[in-house]
Amino acid sequence: MINRRQIKLTEGIDWPIMGLYFALVFVGLLSIFAAEYREGDNIWNDIIHLNKNYARQLMWLGISGVLATIIWLTDSKFFTATANLLYAGGILLLLLVLGIGKDVKGSHSWLVIGGFQFQPAELTKLCTNLALAKYLSSLETDFTKLRPRLIAAALALVPCGIIILQDETGLALVYFSFFLVMYREGLPGLLLIIAFSGIVLVLSALLVDKNVLFIIFSVITALVIYFSRREIRRHRSRLALILGIWAFCSVFVMFIVPMAFTKVLKDYQVRRIEVMLGKENDPKATYNTRQSMIAIGSGGIFGKGYLKGTQTRYDFVPEQSTDFIFCTVGEDFGFLGTLIFVGLYVGLLLRIIFVAERQRSTFSRVYAYGVASIIFFHMAINISMTIGLAPVIGIPLPLVSYGGSSLMTFTMLIFIMLRLDADRQMVLR
Amino acid sequence: MSVYNQPRKRVIQFIILGMVMLIVVRLFFLQVIEKKYSKLADANAVLRKVVYPSRGIIFDRKNRSILSNDAMYDLVVTPIAAKNIDTGYLCQILQIDKEEFKRRIATAIIKNGSRRVSVFASLLPPEMFGRLQESMYMFQPGFDLVQRQIRSYPFSAAANILGYIGEVSPQMLVKPAYSAYNQGDYLGMTGLERAYESVLMGQRGIQYLVKDNLNRPQGSYEKGEFDTAAIAGKNLRLSLDVDLQVLGEHLMRNKIGSIVAIDPQTGGLLAMVSAPTYDPNLLTGSYRARNFSRLFVDTTKPLFNRAIQAGYPPGSSMKPLTALIALDEGVITPAFGFPCRGAYVNCGRPIACTHNTPGHAANLRLAIANSCNAYFVHLYRLEVDAPKWGGVKKGHQKWHDYISSFGLGHRLGVDIPGESGGKAIDTIGMNKLYNGQWNSCSELYVGMGQGQVVATPLQMANAMCIIANRGSYFLPHFVSSIDGDESDILKKYKEKHTVAHVADTSYRSVIYGMQDVVESGTGRIAQIEGVIVCGKTGTAENNAVVDGKLVKLKNHSVFVAFAPRDNPKIAIAVIVENAGFGATYAAPIASLIMEKYLHDTISVKRKPMMKTLLEYNTLDPIVREKSKLDSLNGATAKMTSDQILKLYFRD
Repeated sequence: MINRRQIKLTEGIDWPIMGLYFALVFVGLLSIFAAEYREGDNIWNDIIHLNKNYARQLMWLGISGVLATIIWLTDSKFFTATANLLYAGGILLLLLVLGIGKDVKGSHSWLVIGGFQFQPAELTKLCTNLALAKYLSSLETDFTKLRPRLIAAALALVPCGIIILQDETGLALVYFSFFLVMYREGLPGLLLIIAFSGIVLVLSALLVDKNVLFIIFSVITALVIYFSRREIRRHRSRLALILGIWAFCSVFVMFIVPMAFTKVLKDYQVRRIEVMLGKENDPKATYNTRQSMIAIGSGGIFGKGYLKGTQTRYDFVPEQSTDFIFCTVGEDFGFLGTLIFVGLYVGLLLRIIFVAERQRSTFSRVYAYGVASIIFFHMAINISMTIGLAPVIGIPLPLVSYGGSSLMTFTMLIFIMLRLDADRQMVLR
Repeated sequence: MSVYNQPRKRVIQFIILGMVMLIVVRLFFLQVIEKKYSKLADANAVLRKVVYPSRGIIFDRKNRSILSNDAMYDLVVTPIAAKNIDTGYLCQILQIDKEEFKRRIATAIIKNGSRRVSVFASLLPPEMFGRLQESMYMFQPGFDLVQRQIRSYPFSAAANILGYIGEVSPQMLVKPAYSAYNQGDYLGMTGLERAYESVLMGQRGIQYLVKDNLNRPQGSYEKGEFDTAAIAGKNLRLSLDVDLQVLGEHLMRNKIGSIVAIDPQTGGLLAMVSAPTYDPNLLTGSYRARNFSRLFVDTTKPLFNRAIQAGYPPGSSMKPLTALIALDEGVITPAFGFPCRGAYVNCGRPIACTHNTPGHAANLRLAIANSCNAYFVHLYRLEVDAPKWGGVKKGHQKWHDYISSFGLGHRLGVDIPGESGGKAIDTIGMNKLYNGQWNSCSELYVGMGQGQVVATPLQMANAMCIIANRGSYFLPHFVSSIDGDESDILKKYKEKHTVAHVADTSYRSVIYGMQDVVESGTGRIAQIEGVIVCGKTGTAENNAVVDGKLVKLKNHSVFVAFAPRDNPKIAIAVIVENAGFGATYAAPIASLIMEKYLHDTISVKRKPMMKTLLEYNTLDPIVREKSKLDSLNGATAKMTSDQILKLYFRD
């Protein structure tokens, strides 16, 4: 067995995922380069002196490669054995940052080690994913009961809470993606629907006039009652249920949300939320989205061509090598480019789900679903915010955005999964 | 169980594909259907104009603007349109030759391309702007005048506090911290301009204008739907009193040294003078580069903020602190006396004392009033040799703990950059210095503020705040509020710090001693009518290495004080370098500033004294000869002492 592995190092690797990984990293490097390169720059000099982000990203890619190799050579039992330890370590690291962290761009979530900045909130996604997989795969865990569900939710929400305290709300929200994994493992779907409707209710209460909302609710309720009148005739209780939902939604939207906003939240918190929703026309808040939409929109169908973009290359788009890297793709390669680019992500996500479902051990399956959920959440929110579908919360585009912490974390997430997948004949827990 | 939930795979796949469909539809709308965006990005159809925000204004405590904005003009060029003009005439106005003209056009094309606007000549001097404006029609549309804001300092004061702005350098631009800046942007380099850069800078806006075929703007695009308004920087409100600052700068002319005045009840700085200083208006506008290099090489270092960057031996002004430590550790009581006969001889080599009359250090109050050296070096020894420590090493460390809780030996964290921490030697430092072999005699001078203890004027003034408040202080700071700011950037300056746990009675005896200094001791010149002033003179010995030899220089004149004794409103430290006795120079300067602050005017009786102070010249003649400051200093340097006096006394 040992000999065989020495002979063929790459045995068991899932090539489609490897290929998609490298494709995305490559597109990322190209885009960071395009965002920064100016005619006349001495590329080799910039790379050697790590002057530019693309040079630093190359370095991070090298480090990630070393990490990936180490992970690939590690026995997969190691990850199950140390999952809880890593989680505890991750939480300690997060608390440490609260104490001695450094403020960068308004969030108190960075550690500075020898000139390099590092964001533990990225890394703890990995720890949480391992711990959740470990917990859900444990024989004692009966996920149909309430208690294990609460514990699993706490595993995801504890790091989330600490990260909110670090003022890095964007990354904190990512931890909610673990509920998708829990859903796969048996969390009632009704919970997801209720949570989703709750969010929609709050958002609509903030965005739409409450009287208009009341009319909309009433019309919908009337229509529902009209179309299910036969049903209602048979079961009188249905009418009560429908009217109950109607009453709850109306009261919630007309009284509870406005009261929460005036009585419970502080003034500046309210303003932040309003700005985030684009309700208050704060130029500072709308500038980023507007510039990024101009850049993407100006790409047209075929794009302006690589390095030909005028918006992303003249600093009109902020944060263009980190949170707004998608603009470069959109502007240089157009709708066809973005279609292929989004296609790469869809391919990666579907392949991960396929890989997840072929696992024999619950640990590996939960872990793989975790990877898919995290990548999906990052990708969906990041792209949505650049095209004005979501408020601007700073989370990176996986494997593409500039940033060492992010690239290393996603590399480790994926390669641990590949390792587990290669050993899928073993039953891990 | 896994099989049980397998259909949920489909739901998750559906969620992913649904979200992606939403994104793709939105992209299709943005990139394929909607044409507005591609037009916006097209430089030929829509002119994109960057609107620069105005930088925040800085006000003093009485709401007078001490740093505001002025308009100047840049000449900008769009190379492709700069054809068929009288280049000779333009060169003549700008006072450049044709080679230079071609070079600048070429640079503009390389930098920004020939269709974009580049700066051709920045910050035109007023006379040049006047001539250009008259004949601008001849050079348009290729050339144009663009208004730009520069900083202006209406009081020509507080140069080192306010700081200056400068163009962001290529080295800065490559760092992630400066990602919000573009080439050609200005940012704060020193002082408050730098410390509060993020607040003062504001945010750039963008305006989209429709252009006609001749490149002329024809009004806003899509009714301004895509415009972003520039957001002006936020204004700062300082605790600084500009009257006090100007008075301090007047009094310190022709001297090297510094004044720091703090409101002990808030920690707000009332004045911070570093002399020699310069007119801050020199570093804005057209001649900035030339003036900067002259200031930079000047032998008196006007760009060096002595109030926070220079370390001085605190001298006798340290004695109240030594007394507090000894009282708190219980090694003495206020009644403790020391039989000083004009020198301290318990450690071999005698340490001289100004007084030799018996009884001048018969108790603490007398010892402070008479500034007895022997008394305080003895207190230091009593404290570090106290039996409860079981050794001088622990005792000295305890002493160091006290000293650092009084704010010495480390940066205080004032809100302008470049602060130095001074020095207060700890046990590790002593072990290094003496190879581990030392006792309480080795550095007993620290008890009288000499030797291994060095403080910045800011630290000395802060120590006065601690005594004035009887054991508490706020971090010294300039900015008391920021207009429309909700961040907690100022939070650390609103926190009250309590020092050690020194008892109130200990403070009382030290404060009475300091009152005696002014009423009957070495600092009588600092008396102010109707106010109980507590102070302490200091005459700090200092050395310098000249040609490889340690040379003893003339003493620094030091005075620290606070007033009124009860309910203190101002604490101050004044240092005049190499001037002599503390009582002669520093004390009257401090007194005039306190009087001005407390009474809002200076009593006529003190006019002769002020005249003498204004005329004192403690600069080394050689330094003065080499310094070009007189020609640079503008506003105040050219005034005679009588002209300055007229500002303060109506005859």
